Amino acid sequence: MSKERVVVIFPHPDDESFGASGTISKFRDEGVPVTYLCGTLGEMGRNMGNPVFANRETLSSFRKKELAEAAKQLDIDVEMLGYRDKTLEFEPRQQVAEHLKKRIESLGATIIITHYPGYAVHPDHDALGAAVIEAVENMAEENRPQVWMHAISNHSEQDLGKPEIITDVRPYWERKLAAIKAHLSQADGMMSLIEDHDQASEQLERLKTERFYTYNFQ
Amino acid sequence: MDAIQQKVVQEKIDQLANKEVYVHLETTNGAYASHFDENAYNVGAFIRNAQVSYQHGKIVSTGGSYRVGLKLDLGWVYAEGLTDYEIDEKNRLLMAGHDREGRLMVALEISETPFSHEADPDE
Repeated sequence: MSKERVVVIFPHPDDESFGASGTISKFRDEGVPVTYLCGTLGEMGRNMGNPVFANRETLSSFRKKELAEAAKQLDIDVEMLGYRDKTLEFEPRQQVAEHLKKRIESLGATIIITHYPGYAVHPDHDALGAAVIEAVENMAEENRPQVWMHAISNHSEQDLGKPEIITDVRPYWERKLAAIKAHLSQADGMMSLIEDHDQASEQLERLKTERFYTYNFQ
Repeated sequence: MDAIQQKVVQEKIDQLANKEVYVHLETTNGAYASHFDENAYNVGAFIRNAQVSYQHGKIVSTGGSYRVGLKLDLGWVYAEGLTDYEIDEKNRLLMAGHDREGRLMVALEISETPFSHEADPDE
């Protein structure tokens, strides 16, 4: 039995499925407990289902249910952090970091999966990733979990080099796809956005490997 | 939501005139616009729970979509590109414009009670 305890920290329901569900599945197969701390309800998302079935006021309910279904597919626990979609970068970072530190410590995380601040495209991704780094920095050195960071921006490899952790998640592809599809209001829009675009095959191929940079705390 | 019925929406706008109402107004092209197309711009704005009272308001057809303007004592509330509407069980007027893939591009909502962060469990 592994002694690892994985805590995934992203701001939106579906970030876990697109960004880390292969890695999550691998950990679960090894018997490692995984908890998803989900920052917001994604209630400001612009995908409303296709055909549209949600509106701005009901989207949060759908996304909560979708996340519960994805969590079932991935066999993980979910805790909501209670922030509001699109606003994380405007919250005092220190306060968010303090909140995260408490959760990280009480869950006994040994590995955290989050976004790479500055390379994660969506402002909520960057802000929550930065707060995670600050939270772990504030922990005593001997208690610090590893931090694995997901970079999304097109130029991340150019700037940062190759990520340290590259996992071929094709063995977990069915579960990953099931988790993505559980996010019914979002999956279609995101998938068609990916498929319709020039970068289509590249983007889809990207989903089959999951790449993480590890943070080097001094 | 259903395709906007101009007459129904106009009646609702009239009903809500000269009352203290809460407005949600939003436009967005998504946080990923310039990620997927580096020539695109990310633009968006929203205001949630602006408390206003409007003297009168009108919905105007542009053939395919609608504009709504609400005249305030000191200004205006304006939205363009609205295609769908709903009067929900809380009696709120929800309007939105969606693109071909059903993605929200603009929203204007008017309510006599504040909009909440999270929908009620039964919504």
